[in-house]
Amino acid sequence: MAYIPLVLVVIIAAWFVAAYNKLVRFRNQIKNAWHQIDVQLKRRYDLIPNLVEVVKDYMAYEQETLTKVIEARGAALSAKGPAAQAKAEGLLTETLKSLFAVVEKYPELKANQNVASLQEELTGTENKISFARQFYNDSVMTYNNAIQSIPTNFIASFFNFAQEAYFETEPESRAVPKASLR
Amino acid sequence: MVSGIVPACPKCGGVNRPGADLCYLCGEPLEAGPGANAFVGNASPPAEARPPLRPIPMLLFTEAARHNVRLSVLLFVLLFVVFFLLGTAIGGAYGDPGTGLGLSFVLYAILGTTAYFSGSSIVLSIHGAREAGGEEHRKLRNVVEEMAIAAGVPPPKVYVIQTAGMNAFAAGRRPEEACVAVTTGLLDRLNREELQGVVAHELAHIKSRDTLYNVCAAVLVGAVALLSDMFLRGAFWGRRGRTDGERGGGGRGNAAFFVLALLLAILAPLAAKILQMSISRQREYHADAAAAGFTRNPLGLASALAKITAGGPEVPGENRGTQHLFIVNPLRVFGPESSALMSTHPPTEERIQRLRAMGGVSAGG
Repeated sequence: MAYIPLVLVVIIAAWFVAAYNKLVRFRNQIKNAWHQIDVQLKRRYDLIPNLVEVVKDYMAYEQETLTKVIEARGAALSAKGPAAQAKAEGLLTETLKSLFAVVEKYPELKANQNVASLQEELTGTENKISFARQFYNDSVMTYNNAIQSIPTNFIASFFNFAQEAYFETEPESRAVPKASLR
Repeated sequence: MVSGIVPACPKCGGVNRPGADLCYLCGEPLEAGPGANAFVGNASPPAEARPPLRPIPMLLFTEAARHNVRLSVLLFVLLFVVFFLLGTAIGGAYGDPGTGLGLSFVLYAILGTTAYFSGSSIVLSIHGAREAGGEEHRKLRNVVEEMAIAAGVPPPKVYVIQTAGMNAFAAGRRPEEACVAVTTGLLDRLNREELQGVVAHELAHIKSRDTLYNVCAAVLVGAVALLSDMFLRGAFWGRRGRTDGERGGGGRGNAAFFVLALLLAILAPLAAKILQMSISRQREYHADAAAAGFTRNPLGLASALAKITAGGPEVPGENRGTQHLFIVNPLRVFGPESSALMSTHPPTEERIQRLRAMGGVSAGG
């Protein structure tokens, strides 16, 4: 009988440790997810000059599209702050889409093995960026749910687990511009 | 239409075949609206048009994974008991229960360690899977990496099976050392979005550690079948040879053991089979739902399943022991009767319907 309080204390302590460790794991996952986005963004910056280099000789009349892509890449690289960067990245995605649309107009470009594989790499990277953002947001949601729900919220407030922000695209970059495919 | 870029419907967000003029879901003209050039998987339909897909909570996977580890341990215990009974009974039938028991334990130890340490490489080699290295599989590798990011697991090794049949499976004890195998028939006939759905389904199996349990189950069924087979064949041929009266004094005991062994040899594989089947069906539904959560696009997988059913899921080296590993059963048991007790997979039509319902398409639409 005298052991009952002791047993209760041990159980509560075990739960406490488990809940704390869970929150730490969730928080680290968010950090890791954010880095994954950066890795993919960097990969895209690296791929773009290669693509431009390969297609520019064929695209004598499309210099404007190419310039836009290069400018958008530069703007994204030099953007300061998460909001500005998100906007610049969105713009870069749009210019890349119009570049791909232009590539379709040149049969000899489409047949070029280099162009095809670069295009596949960029499409893949583009998808990885959006899935990495999706995973980041999912992780943030799991974490935020945990620190707001009873009973983990007591631990969260005691150890100062702050809510994390979702990644949100700027309204401008959400609307996909109409690419002309004449 | 632009290659590698798939037209998303501006009205309902449904993703269409490249080159399509009208949306296959709602009939809306495609090229006119925004979203006509959405990157695949990035499909950015108007949020209000598509019912929001809820991400699968991570805890669900943790729980499923723990459950699978427990079940795998249970399988090994069960296998131990079955070998104990079968070994004694078969040994007894030949007048020496001790030797039968000893031999079956040696077999158990060999099979158990092989299953645990090289289960996935055995399954890969049975079906002739090769590592997807070259330039021609770049797209597949990219899709696997994309979905691994979406699922939050390390990218698995990618294998390709050279065949016209359309199928895929995953194997591996832990997510860190998992692999995904896809047939070339699947690669040739699925578009990027459908491929994403299939790969996401396999990654869901890996994340919830269904793959650990599946490989263990494959070995269990195989081992019990092997032991029973050996006995039944031996009994059939051996008994006939020895009816000439060379049986000694233990004849009565032998006969009792013989009947017991015969019964076990017939029942054990059946029981192992039912275990393999009944448990794997629920996992398929869960993996489908999880795949929809990873891709945020249940219609991609739905359309892939429809194509696989139509194109034929046969795979070389097809094998009763490994049928439950595949995304669609390679042994072709279709129709309503496939929801019976012995089927490893739920009927594909039912899976497609559920996925389409998730994507906001009513049944039959």
